[in-house]
This record gives sequence, structure tokens and C-alpha cells, in this order.
Amino acid sequence: MPVPEVADSFTGQINQITLGAAKAEGGSRTKTVTVGGAKNVVYGGSFDDAGEKPVIAMDVLDSKPHDWPGALAEQYKNVFDSPGDWAKKCVQEFGAELICLKFDGIHPDRQNRDAAHAVKVTEQVLRAVGVPLVLWGCGNDEKDNAVMPKVSGAAKGEKCLLGTIKQDNYKSLTAIALADGHFLIAEAPLDINIAKQINILASDMGFPLGRIVMFQATGALGYGVEYAYSIQERQRLAALTGDKMMAMPVICDVGYESWRAKEAKLADAPGWGPAENRGPMWEAATAVCLLQAGVDIIRMRHPKAVETVRKFISEIWS
Amino acid sequence: MILIAERINGMFKDVKQAIQEKNRKVIQDLANKQTDAGASYLDVNVGTAAADQEGTMQWLVETIQSAKGGCSTPLSLDSQKPNVIAAGLKVINAENGVLLNSTPLNKKTDEEILDKYIEMANQAGPKACIIALTMDKNGVPQDTDTRVAIAADIVTKAMEKGFDAQRLFIDPIVLPLKVPNAQVQPGNILAAMDQIRFLSDPPPHITVGLSNISQGAAERSLINRVFLAMAMSHGLDSAIADVLDEDLMNVVAASDMLMNKQIYSDSFLKVYKTVNK
Repeated sequence: MPVPEVADSFTGQINQITLGAAKAEGGSRTKTVTVGGAKNVVYGGSFDDAGEKPVIAMDVLDSKPHDWPGALAEQYKNVFDSPGDWAKKCVQEFGAELICLKFDGIHPDRQNRDAAHAVKVTEQVLRAVGVPLVLWGCGNDEKDNAVMPKVSGAAKGEKCLLGTIKQDNYKSLTAIALADGHFLIAEAPLDINIAKQINILASDMGFPLGRIVMFQATGALGYGVEYAYSIQERQRLAALTGDKMMAMPVICDVGYESWRAKEAKLADAPGWGPAENRGPMWEAATAVCLLQAGVDIIRMRHPKAVETVRKFISEIWS
Repeated sequence: MILIAERINGMFKDVKQAIQEKNRKVIQDLANKQTDAGASYLDVNVGTAAADQEGTMQWLVETIQSAKGGCSTPLSLDSQKPNVIAAGLKVINAENGVLLNSTPLNKKTDEEILDKYIEMANQAGPKACIIALTMDKNGVPQDTDTRVAIAADIVTKAMEKGFDAQRLFIDPIVLPLKVPNAQVQPGNILAAMDQIRFLSDPPPHITVGLSNISQGAAERSLINRVFLAMAMSHGLDSAIADVLDEDLMNVVAASDMLMNKQIYSDSFLKVYKTVNK
């Protein structure tokens, strides 16, 4: 008896985007990164349907972090005070395809740094590395609205990924990203309906849907990864069945979320094995899980986890 | 929901006059307006406006395709006469698809009419689809079972010809409500849809000429949209309808949402027209 053909085929496709502008396009990047384009679920359909390989964006903070667990801080302690060197290390030593410059230091509850600082750091990192940048605010709406437009301007024409816009705070960043030629990260709090709504809101302001990347607040292994997984999967299925308001590539924040888990950060837990392995394992496991739901850009932190995940990506996307 | 916009039809006064006066603007405006309103197809029916139906069909197709900005919405060539459809196909750009609307299973005067439509669709390209009516040489059936039996014959015939069921739109024929003893018909049609959607896997599309149900009745728009919501819950995934009726379009958007075919967002009404294409 012949085996019936049961492969699903879809009518939709994830938008394909290219981050970073080379000199010819008015930027200064020596590399660009293309993601998206999938026409089927991960592992589904033929290889031609798989789209571009997911990429890893390694986190660089604008200011020295004071709360990073030892096993993670150990990797970057020599470059904590120089975001440019930090970014260079991630690209040259760990092969980061993108640098995610995260402006934690501007948050009023942390160092409360000003726009001039943020612009200086942006320029440093742009000079230090040739890969495209993700420019990510601190999460405080008021401060982000004051600082991120300046950051955007400092990287004008570089085709960065700028974020995040939210349902109740999207106008400033959307307008500036449109003017400066950047891509936008649209953030939703693990809520598929809000994810769609924010895309519509940005689109209503004239921002092209093809320049949006979706972000659902990520949950780490043991801390809600199953919610994140099911939402990512549903978003992907909606996109593949033709919902153009959901056809954006997806970014997730695995590094930050994984290292919040006590299993990853607790140094003194003899029964759990050595801390220098636990954290990277937690981060890698979270990333590998979400990759299978369909994500395109993963923010990560520990080089060992990055190595594991990159190996996984090259195995399933080849 | 696959919406076939009904307004370019020679039975409407403005279209009839436009055909007679060869007024391209009236037709092109309707094409653009219906496209903007969310039409998946634009129905094209020459009606009774001209003696030369073939020539008129060609004039309509060419007029729509040359509308400002190049209207690329696929067309639904609406005629019971294969020669009129064939005339339209000669001048059409079927790259984005075309719907041949419509054929019964068979006719007293033409046993092979369904075969002819399948043949024409195959020649028009891989995206060409057919609307087939659950009607045969004995006329329009009044009951559920005959509708389903004819639909089954249509699906079987298509399969024999290697014509994909997903290129087939079955129309179980909606009759005007306001006719003596016709009030059982809506129920019969819904019951027929329940069975038609299991005739093949994947199933054929199911479509109706929606506005027929309220022909001659009061509160037409209300009747149309309530029946549409009911039918969608019984498997209707297409309709020949007035896409310029905003209340009707809102019912389509809300029904899609309630059946989990679209992901909810607060702006779902606004966004439906763009997402639907």
C-alpha cells in the first residue's frame, strides 16, 4: 500500500527582511543579515520552504551590569566598561551575527544615564563592529521616548532593529524609525491579540509591515517557555495560513530570561551540578525549544550556549 | 472568506446603462471600489444589457483590467453559456486566477456542460476555479438530499477528470425566502452544506448567491447578513455578495473571528479587508 502524502502546505510566507545597510546603501555595515522567508513550519515541508536560518544576536549592555551571575559575568568582566570592545568580543570570538545593544543603563531605577551617553555608546559599537545592530530601550516608556529617538538618529541609515513599541506606547519610536530607515520591534506581553493589534497600529501610522519584527515577552525553561512556545507557534501558523498582520519574523529574548532562572544563576547548589554549565544549558535548552516553534532572531548571552544553539541551527537548517 | 463582489452585473441599472453607452468609468469605479472593500473576486455578468453577450463580456473584462492602477483582482466570469465564458477567457489575464461561474451538473440540452467548464478551467491555468450548482437536468432541487447527491456527482466527476476539489466551488442554490412555501429552504441549504463539506478531503469550497435569499423582501441587508453568519457556521467559505455593504462585511469579519479563522485584535473590523486578500 502506498504511503499517503500528508505534508501540509501553506499559502502564506514569513516576511523576509535584511538588517544592516552597507556603504552602497548609505550605511557603514560590513555585513548584512537576512531572516524570515519560511513557507512552512520548522521541520515541515521541503528544504526550500524552510526560509533563512535563524540568527543569534548577542547582548551588549550600555553600562556595566551589577546583577549578572558569576558564571556569566566571568565571560565579559574585562569588557564591561567598554561596550565597543564587548561587541567586538562577541563578534570576533563568539561569532555573533548581530549585536543587541541593550540600554539598561538609562533606566531611572538603574544608572539613569542620559541620551548623550546612549548616543556615545551607539557610535562606539557602530565603529567597533560591522554586523547589524539591534537597539533596545530600557523598558521605561518615558525614558525610552526621550532617549531612543536620539539613539535612532545616531544610527540613521544603518537599518537597525529598533525597539520596542508597545500597544500603549508606539508613536514616538514608530515615527522615528520610519524617518531614520530602521526596522521596528513590536512587543506584546505573551498575548497574541495584542501582537496583532500593535502591528495594525504601527501600520496605521504608515510604517511598512515588512519592516516589523514581533516580540513576545519570552519565558525561560521552567518559567513559562510553554506559553511562549504555544504563542510563537500559533503566530507562525496564522502567518503561514495567510494572515498578513502576523507574517513578521520573530525575535525572542532568551539570554535575559534564562539567566533570571534560579537554576541558571544560583552558584551554591551542589546537587544541581557546576554553575558554569548549568546556566549555559538553561539558556541553550530555552533557545532550542523556541527555535522549533518558529523564531528568527534569538537574543543570547553566554558563549557556550551560543555555540550549542548555533550547532543545532546548522544541523536542522541544512 | 472568499468574497465574490456582485455589482458588475448588467441586471443593475447603472451597469446596464454603462454597457449600452460603453461608459468605462462606471465599470472601472465599481471594480476599484469593490476591490478596496475587500473583494476576492469581481463578478462580471453581462445581464440583459446587450444582444452581443460575447462581445460585451470581452468589453467588460478589458475595461476592468485597464482600470486605473491596473485592477489585478481576479474576475468571476458569470454566465450559464460556455461560449460567453470562453469569450471572456480569450481576453483575460488569469495569472491571479479566474472563476468560471457557473455550471450545473448537466442540462437537458447539454449533458456534458460540466466537462466543458472543467476543460475551459484547465486551459485557463492552474488557478482557474469553477462554481458548480447543485442543479441538473431536472432543475433546482428543493430538498437537502438531492442537493447533496448532485454535489457528490459533481465532486466525483471533477476527481475523475483530475480536477482538484479545492478548485471547485459548490453552490447549493439559495432561493428567495419570500416565495410561497420557500421558508423551509434556508434550513435545507444549511443541512446540505453540513454534508457537502465532507464530500472530499480537502473539501470543495461552498459558495452561495447571497442576495438571492432576500429577493423582494423587506430588510434585505439584515436578512443577508444573518443568513451569511448562519451559513458560515455550516461550512460556507465563499459568497457572491455586496461587498460594499459595510454591515455585511463586518459580519464576515466577526464570524471569521468567532470561528477562530482570524486571530482577534481590537482593530479586527478595520483590518479584515486587507487581511482577507
